[in-house]
Amino acid sequence: MTLSRRNFVKVGGAAMALPLLGTSAFAQLEKVKVGFIYVGTINDNGYNYAHNQGRLYVEEHLGDKVETIYVENVPEGPDCERVLRELAQQGCQLIFATSFGFGDSVVKVAPQFPDVAFEHATGYMSGPNIGLYNARFYEGRAVCGTIAGHMSETGKYGYIGSFPIPEVVMGINAFVLAARKVNPEATIKPVYISTWNDPAKEADAARAMIDQGIDVIAQHTDGPAALQVAAERGIVGGFGQGADMSAFAPETQLTAIIDHWGPHYLASAEAVLAGTWTPGNTWEGLKEDVVQMGPYGAKVPEDVRAAADAVKNGQIDGSFHIFTGPINDNTGVERVAAGVTMTDAELLSMDWYVEGVEQPA
Amino acid sequence: MDLTLAIIVTVVGASTPILIAALGELVVERSGVLNLGVEGMMLIGAIAGFVVQFHTGNPYLALLSGAAAGTAASLIFGFLTLSLSANQTATGLALTIFGTGFSALAGSSYSARPVTLMQPFLPVEIAAHPIGKVLFGYSFPIYFAFAMVVVIWYFLHKTRAGLILRAVGENDQSAHSIGYSVIGVRYLAVMFGGAMAGIAGACFPLLLTPQWAERMTAGRGWIAVALVVFASWKPFRLLAGAYLFGLVMTMELYAKAGGGVLSVIPSELWAALPYLATIVVLVLISLRRDASTNAPACLGKPFLPTN
Repeated sequence: MTLSRRNFVKVGGAAMALPLLGTSAFAQLEKVKVGFIYVGTINDNGYNYAHNQGRLYVEEHLGDKVETIYVENVPEGPDCERVLRELAQQGCQLIFATSFGFGDSVVKVAPQFPDVAFEHATGYMSGPNIGLYNARFYEGRAVCGTIAGHMSETGKYGYIGSFPIPEVVMGINAFVLAARKVNPEATIKPVYISTWNDPAKEADAARAMIDQGIDVIAQHTDGPAALQVAAERGIVGGFGQGADMSAFAPETQLTAIIDHWGPHYLASAEAVLAGTWTPGNTWEGLKEDVVQMGPYGAKVPEDVRAAADAVKNGQIDGSFHIFTGPINDNTGVERVAAGVTMTDAELLSMDWYVEGVEQPA
Repeated sequence: MDLTLAIIVTVVGASTPILIAALGELVVERSGVLNLGVEGMMLIGAIAGFVVQFHTGNPYLALLSGAAAGTAASLIFGFLTLSLSANQTATGLALTIFGTGFSALAGSSYSARPVTLMQPFLPVEIAAHPIGKVLFGYSFPIYFAFAMVVVIWYFLHKTRAGLILRAVGENDQSAHSIGYSVIGVRYLAVMFGGAMAGIAGACFPLLLTPQWAERMTAGRGWIAVALVVFASWKPFRLLAGAYLFGLVMTMELYAKAGGGVLSVIPSELWAALPYLATIVVLVLISLRRDASTNAPACLGKPFLPTN
């Protein structure tokens, strides 16, 4: 069913009038009710769209054994707690909080509903009934960076970020590390715009960077605005983020990082059905098909495709890890020794930029 | 030099929707009505403009549709506040919430659908030279916004109709007692404000980012409302204010993206400038000897004839 925050209260009120099914998580269930909360709209063609595709994947595979509810445009703040509570009170046995900024709310609400399984995307705070799940988007960034390294003429890339959280910092670093394996002089300029969804600001940030000499752009916001500006200005290219955005810039999208949450959501829903759900901490990537790469753009030459495929396949078979030393930070200090690979914990708390990243203003 | 010209082009793009929406709200407020629904009307205009541009590819028709949709939305506000004397603040806020939801609903089947940007208004030959491009290379709404500054100034201060509109805003009882239709004048003003907000909204998919995205105006309607106060209800000050806001919003990004000269002023300072400027302007206004803010005396008050 389509449920937005606007009609949520109305529909929620009706649903609450129904008797709640006696539920105790960790017991076998006939049918599971799964709630999803999204920070933006499912029509953003990016991050939230991809999560919603994951929800549909669960519905498709579990059929009448599952009922899903979603709430869009939930602000990262106190309002999120209310939405989480309402979903739990409506009888959801499994709730996915799909944005980093929902973490504080999940940690507050989960103890009040010990029988409900909560899962928080891209977060770090777990609990007895709070699982964590994430995707190794940086693996996709490494593929994009490889393409940028080969195709850029200026060796200068732009990167539009939302907020400087480890998830975003990691992506920037992976991108430029991969690019510098091809072009050791390459640099990247991150611009943070302090929002996930303001297309006009994303577009203006892209214009600001293109006007100052970058010719490949990447973004870690939720929509295709930057890619459209790249097409409008005719620079070398950009990348889809979260979903295939080639409809917006067919000539300009070099490839896309596609979030494919469906298999994870399905596994969790099945675990709740079987009564075997435990709070996990999964971080899957290209190998597990949670991160996928979109088709290469027409202008990406064969040799570049081969190089990008090599990086992709190396990450799938485990022979290549983008965060293997030697890695210097952008002040020249060695952070990772030669041959050492950063641990997941180090990656998830990454708050420094690698060589080649111009310190964001 | 090239960079300066490029920055000007971006500033003009960022300022235009704010200016158009604020000009509409200025006329509304001069008639004594406070419509806080600008953001909602902009979003309704944005989706209407997008849908028409998507299906017809005619940006002028898209702008007209934005205007028509904004006018229709403003009539909801007008009926509630003017005919039924509902509270203007609450109704305006409700209109913004309604517009956000309605535009999202109307646009839900238009995701992943790009449109084409509006082309420059004047022949490309004129805009071939870089300087020519900065002056003549824009699409129609940019020139429309400038023209409307002059038109609205002339209307308010040099025409009889403008005088009547101001009279209604300053003293509705007097205007009523000498036979002017206060409610009628305010309806026209509210509809004009709705049309301008709708055009401003349509500028988003037509000028800035050729797609539909929910809440794509991202709070600029509120900036427009604030600018009217900032400009003390004067059209030319509004022009300056809108471009000042557009400049600082853009320069924040260029300073973040660039090095060299642009980083002399830190991006944090650019980000803070609109607020600093607002405080300075409010201080300057309050320092003036007559201490009046120039606000229309009947602003926000429902009209209930006493006789």
